[in-house]
Amino acid sequence: MSGAEISALGSFMARAHEGQARTLLEQQGLPGRRLEAWRYTPLRALETTGFAAPAPVAPDEARALLARLAPEADASHRVVFVNGALVPELTSLPEGVRLVAADAPLVADRPISVLNTALAQPGLGLHVSAGADAGQIALVALVTGDAPVSTHLAHQVTLEADARLTLLDIQSGEGPYLANPVLGVRVAEGARLTHLRVQQDSQDAVNLAFVNADVSSRGLYDSFTLTLGARLSRHEVLAHLGGSNAAVHVNAAQLLAGNRHADLTSVIRHAAPDCISRQTVKNVIMEGGHGVFQGKIHVDRIAQKTDGYQMNQALLLSERAQIDSKPELEIYADDVKCSHGATVGALDDEQLFYLRARGIPHDEARAMLVRAFLLDALSLVQDETASALLDRRVETWWQKRDPE
Amino acid sequence: MPAVTETREAVETLGQSTYKWGFETDIEMEFAPKGLSEETIRFISARKQEPDWMLDWRLQAFRAWQAMEEPSWQKPHYPAIDYQDAFYFAEPKKKPGPKSLEEVDPELLRTYEKLGIPLHEQALLAGVEGAETGDRLPVAVDAVFDSVSVVTTFRKTLEEAGVIFCPISDAIREHPELVKRHLGSVVPVSDNFFAALNSAVFTDGSFVYVPEGVSCPMELSTYFRINARNTGQFERTLIICEDRATVSYLEGCTAPMRDENQLHAAVVELVAMNDARIKYSTVQNWYPGDENGQGGIYNFVTKRGACRGRNAKISWTQVETGSAITWKYPSCILAGEGSVGEFYSVAVTNNRQQADTGTKMIHLAPNTRSTIIAKTISAGRSDSTYRGLVRMTPKASGARNFTQCDSLLIGDQCGAHTVPYIENRNMTARVEHEATTSKISEDQLFYCRSRGLSEEDAVGLIVNGFCKDVLKELPMEFAVEAQKLLQLSLEGSVG
Repeated sequence: MSGAEISALGSFMARAHEGQARTLLEQQGLPGRRLEAWRYTPLRALETTGFAAPAPVAPDEARALLARLAPEADASHRVVFVNGALVPELTSLPEGVRLVAADAPLVADRPISVLNTALAQPGLGLHVSAGADAGQIALVALVTGDAPVSTHLAHQVTLEADARLTLLDIQSGEGPYLANPVLGVRVAEGARLTHLRVQQDSQDAVNLAFVNADVSSRGLYDSFTLTLGARLSRHEVLAHLGGSNAAVHVNAAQLLAGNRHADLTSVIRHAAPDCISRQTVKNVIMEGGHGVFQGKIHVDRIAQKTDGYQMNQALLLSERAQIDSKPELEIYADDVKCSHGATVGALDDEQLFYLRARGIPHDEARAMLVRAFLLDALSLVQDETASALLDRRVETWWQKRDPE
Repeated sequence: MPAVTETREAVETLGQSTYKWGFETDIEMEFAPKGLSEETIRFISARKQEPDWMLDWRLQAFRAWQAMEEPSWQKPHYPAIDYQDAFYFAEPKKKPGPKSLEEVDPELLRTYEKLGIPLHEQALLAGVEGAETGDRLPVAVDAVFDSVSVVTTFRKTLEEAGVIFCPISDAIREHPELVKRHLGSVVPVSDNFFAALNSAVFTDGSFVYVPEGVSCPMELSTYFRINARNTGQFERTLIICEDRATVSYLEGCTAPMRDENQLHAAVVELVAMNDARIKYSTVQNWYPGDENGQGGIYNFVTKRGACRGRNAKISWTQVETGSAITWKYPSCILAGEGSVGEFYSVAVTNNRQQADTGTKMIHLAPNTRSTIIAKTISAGRSDSTYRGLVRMTPKASGARNFTQCDSLLIGDQCGAHTVPYIENRNMTARVEHEATTSKISEDQLFYCRSRGLSEEDAVGLIVNGFCKDVLKELPMEFAVEAQKLLQLSLEGSVG
């Protein structure tokens, strides 16, 4: 695919909502603590940070950046964005997959979507035809710059009936920046999208991501997010189960150290009968890290026989570690099976003692227990290459991070 | 016929006739001028013969209230309340000092009778002294008729034990030092919109003081009623337990049927010192409105307890079946090391009722513990929400919380919601939360039916089983009434 073809995509970008989003942004600003959905992750402080538009990056430089920050994406089919612009030289797609104009629609009551739409840059527009299996495609978005810059990529992934795709979504970068990606997902009847996201932004970055998934009958949106980077991040998912027997998984693991703040917020809306939703979210919080989980399962009157399950656990490994958790059920149908659970606490002293009594050094025992704690969530990733990648990233993070 | 269909049909046939305590007593009232202003507050304060500091306190609250905005984050919706279109003081005309029942308005006594409130032996009210000789634990009643306490029994026994149990307006006059020290210390005047309103205009309520080392010799109970048209009721309750003191307080409510929605914004404050125990139980059965959501009480209450001393314990138990809107979060501030907070709740909504209730457990000290058990039952077209906060502050080392919220839906037109907030700032604190939502199991229903129980009895049995963990926390006097109430509230929702 030629550079000219791909750069032409930008002009297809429907920007109908841009004006509306700008007005909303001007009126409301960034959300503060008084807005219920943002009480634990207020963004007001960002308003005073000036973010410039990022400078374009030469292909060679982009290639070096990719090798440094996302070596895993080297072998696979991939679409690479650096500083908010597509790098055609690094992009390759399998047969049967088309790039189309990306248009993630504005969701007016979601500040991340508003911010993105107001400043949108055309992102990945991916279309998988009916019955096709597109295998694994990596979506890599990298940012680099010395002064604070911002990117606002709008991606749209559409799977037609019975199509298959594994999207490996890697976000990384160097220096101070704001990454504000929005991903629109449409999963048609019987299609399956596996979305594995690794957020490993630089320690000075802010990442505000929003996924708006619409799943039709018998479709599956199976997602896992691993949050390792950024000083402040929020991954927000709005999943809509619009046809019977559809399913959605919003799983995640957040590993936090330093003074970092990571927020996973999701709303799963059951709008059709016989749908399933599953959510397992694990937080490992060290030093002065602050984890936030807000998960809501909404069951419409029509959504009888809903099966919803949500588990949220946090492990606090330091005296300064903080967690705020708000699992929420809003249920209007009577014949449903919905439950949620949440636990928060430190490592179990008895388990630690058990391992120590068997001659395992303290640090190793601790690492072992943390890994076991994460396993519940990590083991939900079925895709082998992706699973290996996640394990590797967790391992590296842990080794770099565990001097205590 | 499947139970769901039957349920739906039955819910539809459920009418307002099930509220068997709807009636209105005709007693002459003396009103404060309609509307809310400094003059109204001065009028109330003057009528209550309050000292100046109390008037100042009220005015301070009123000014805070004027600057506040009515909250709008909650789930229940209600038409805007015109605070200037209500009376803030209504008092039955009374002869000075009705110390015996003969002096009490006979109309009032008939009201008690119709209420069917377990004042137990009417002799308790009538005889006062003689009725105390039963083998059952006696119950002291401070019956509130509209805004003013009319009859107080058992005062003498309590006085001998050193317990002060009186209307709060008496306490303001007779024990100003105690009231001054504690009133507003748990719920500050500007705590929230409705608490500020209450602080400005409260007219009556109960005051309990249990001195050091005293275990209150009887269960204390107060019956609140709302009686005059267009008068919101603003009760203020203050309970103080000194070191090693114990008290169990019961509160139960029924109210007459009427067309207009009525605001009830009470404030309850509990203070527990070292090793003190306070058990506060509520059975709330105010008029819920008819099946179309007309009428009914707005129950917007602030209830909070402070465990100030080591190993203090405060336990809230509530059975909420009435009111058009129930909106309250009885809370515990666990400031004393090793102190314990408990919250047991059953909330039943039917027809168009709305409930948004739960608790806050604020852990401020090491080794504090809290337990939350909330059972929510929704039927008809009602909506019921559990909303609760568990906060572990950095000082709450070794603190524990366990929360369980279960919702039961009866019919497919109702809603049940769970909104827990968990905030942990201490790695050694443990918080566990579980929530489930389900409907009455067909299997359980079938099992009961095949053993000859009617559909209604079967549902009653299952619902009572569902609520067992909470009901067993109620004092005996209320446990029986609560079970009856549950059945009554769901009457017609099945079979």
